[in-house]
Amino acid sequence: MAGTEGFSPKILVFSTNNISDPGIDLAASSHMHYSPDVVVISLPCTSGIKPGWVLYAVQQGFDGVFIAADGEECAYLPDCSRRTAKIMADAQALLQGQGHDPKRVKMAAICSVCAEPFTNYMHEFSRMLADMGPAGGSSAGPSPAPSGTGAA
Amino acid sequence: MSGRRIGVYVCQCGGNISDHVSVEDVVAAVQEEPDVVVARTAMFTCSDATQQEIIKDIEEQKLDGIVVASCSPKLHTFTFREMSKRAGLNPYEYTQVNIREQCSWTHTDDKAGATEKAARLVRAGIARTRLTEPLEPIVVQTVPRVVVIGGGIAGLRAALGSAEIGLPVFLVEKGARLGGWVGEFDGMYPHGKNGRQLMNALVARVRRHPGIKVFLNAEVVEKSGSFGNYEVAIRVKRDSAETQAETVAETVRVQAGSVIVATGFDAYPVSDGEFGYGLEGVLTLPEFKRLVDAAAGPLEFDGRPVRSIVYIYCVGSRQPEGNQYCSRYCCTAAVHASLLVTARGAQSGGEEGRAAGGAVRPRAAGGPPRQYHLYRDIRSYGKYELLYNESREKGALYLRFPDDDPPVVERAAAAGAGGSGYRLTVTTRDLLTGGEELTIPADLVVLVTGMVPRENDELVKVLKLPVGNDGFFNEIHPKLRPVETVVDGVFICGACQSPKNSAEAVTSGLAAVTQSAAMLKRGFAELDPLIAVVDAEKCEWCGACLAACPYEAPRQVEVDGKAVAFIDKATCKGCGGCVPVCPTDAIDLQGYTDAQIRAMIAGLLQELTLCRA
Repeated sequence: MAGTEGFSPKILVFSTNNISDPGIDLAASSHMHYSPDVVVISLPCTSGIKPGWVLYAVQQGFDGVFIAADGEECAYLPDCSRRTAKIMADAQALLQGQGHDPKRVKMAAICSVCAEPFTNYMHEFSRMLADMGPAGGSSAGPSPAPSGTGAA
Repeated sequence: MSGRRIGVYVCQCGGNISDHVSVEDVVAAVQEEPDVVVARTAMFTCSDATQQEIIKDIEEQKLDGIVVASCSPKLHTFTFREMSKRAGLNPYEYTQVNIREQCSWTHTDDKAGATEKAARLVRAGIARTRLTEPLEPIVVQTVPRVVVIGGGIAGLRAALGSAEIGLPVFLVEKGARLGGWVGEFDGMYPHGKNGRQLMNALVARVRRHPGIKVFLNAEVVEKSGSFGNYEVAIRVKRDSAETQAETVAETVRVQAGSVIVATGFDAYPVSDGEFGYGLEGVLTLPEFKRLVDAAAGPLEFDGRPVRSIVYIYCVGSRQPEGNQYCSRYCCTAAVHASLLVTARGAQSGGEEGRAAGGAVRPRAAGGPPRQYHLYRDIRSYGKYELLYNESREKGALYLRFPDDDPPVVERAAAAGAGGSGYRLTVTTRDLLTGGEELTIPADLVVLVTGMVPRENDELVKVLKLPVGNDGFFNEIHPKLRPVETVVDGVFICGACQSPKNSAEAVTSGLAAVTQSAAMLKRGFAELDPLIAVVDAEKCEWCGACLAACPYEAPRQVEVDGKAVAFIDKATCKGCGGCVPVCPTDAIDLQGYTDAQIRAMIAGLLQELTLCRA
């Protein structure tokens, strides 16, 4: 059940120009639907995301941030997954430091034809964030119990 | 206000966007934004007429930044960058906002939600544009040589096309001979040209051309270097000189500016038992074509004349599970092969049949065999419809079976008993005669199979080729950029891209030549200047950026007596991997700066007033 009645979580997705963004485009050409409260900012590579952007997004009013990484397909960096995972862990630590649940940031590999997996992730993440309730921007409540962030 | 003068253009995409997003409301929501001087909608922003209007706005309103909200940036980023250039606006002062693939098409069930989202996306685009700077493209020299992979009709034609306009070619063929599928065919539609002769002539021209170096039994195993100057490693297997039985491999390294992939297709592999496959007399379309091509006169199989042939169409194609696509060539190929059978039968024993009534009637004794075409839909598109008509005029029967009740092929009970001697029977229902069940005796059953993508895992990995859901390689855009891939300088053509007949394969092969040559003949290519830059004031050289860069683009330099990082323009790939590792936040990726990303995030969330219908 949704934490708040009629609450549709705002999700920011970071995608990549050559791999995951085409996958997200393909979801539309395949007539798949997800919430219009999902918006995408595309970058060359998820290894270039600053952890601070994730915190900023949540503080500004997003309820969750989804990193649609290239996985093994990254054309730039062979160790892109490891790097993005590190950025993810740093972002979780930042969120937690500011009293936000680290689960508000999520990462998965989305390939250029991963239309269905992306759509499924958006549905799952929307449901999870709806259960958690609004992030509450910069004025989050007390820090929730840590849930294994692996953050440094 | 930043003092910028920004134009915003919201595309209707002829209903693709405006059916699901109220574009007028989007314009109304952003036109009062600070710095927005012009905001309007257009039926098609990419049309020449609208581009002219935007150019006029840029010139008259002295716009210094534009936002186009339309389709995915994969489609028209270059269109609008070129348009900006024509208007005298730096092309990097333009921002593309995706409100089609990532908004209207995916929220067709929620117009209000889609409209609000579109307005937010456009606002983020405006926020980004406020912070753009004019940038100059990075120019890279291109090596005027081409690697062509695949020695079938598309690859050979691409190799010859490139060589003939002065671009030396390395032609890499995995097999032991050139010529591909077409080189094995006899008569081919539409003009009955002999494929073997056609390919022998083409191979001879390729072999003779001094600009083409052919590698047989060879594969591309590595690609390094950067766009414009790739080093490609080709592993060539040769028979060992000492022991003929053993093969040795050697690796040849070549420099090339582009790679054209023409690796072709495989025939759909029919499983044992699928439509009786495995029974004597049940053949796939390629097996049948070989039989027909080898026959000088009336068709025989296993030493006996063929009196009755049943064709089953769409085997392995257009299935809910498995291959969902239509290979498109197979209808015409099967009809054409059946006409060859008719013609060969008529060469010797046709007299009796003709005497009966002008047109050749398929007679069991002496004349051409009876031919039954069991189909779901006949797709003999374009001019090939004439072949279909000819086949019907010559007496072939076309029976349409239901999608959910396909024909059943069985060994004939007690072959020879009763004197018929037919090997097989095919039971089907014919929708055109009220769904009546028919049992057709047959000497041959031809399973009309389509094309499947080749297994090319290694090549996909080496070239980082984008593979579609169906397993064929993906172009950037099927209409606008049909032979380019997301990998700069790597082109695709022929049936590795999608099922194609030989004429279509050659057309795309020559398109790949044109695209590749347009880049290589100029001698240089322009790359996006969207690379990492260092703020020397913030930088306290620590080497973290260098450690993070596999291309070693950052290096230590001295500025005003202080050691700082400097990033080499031509080496930087623009991934941004060094940005988050910098402890002093001194690195920004052009086009994706810290300030721009934060402005976009804020823009996506600002209060929004929309007049809801």
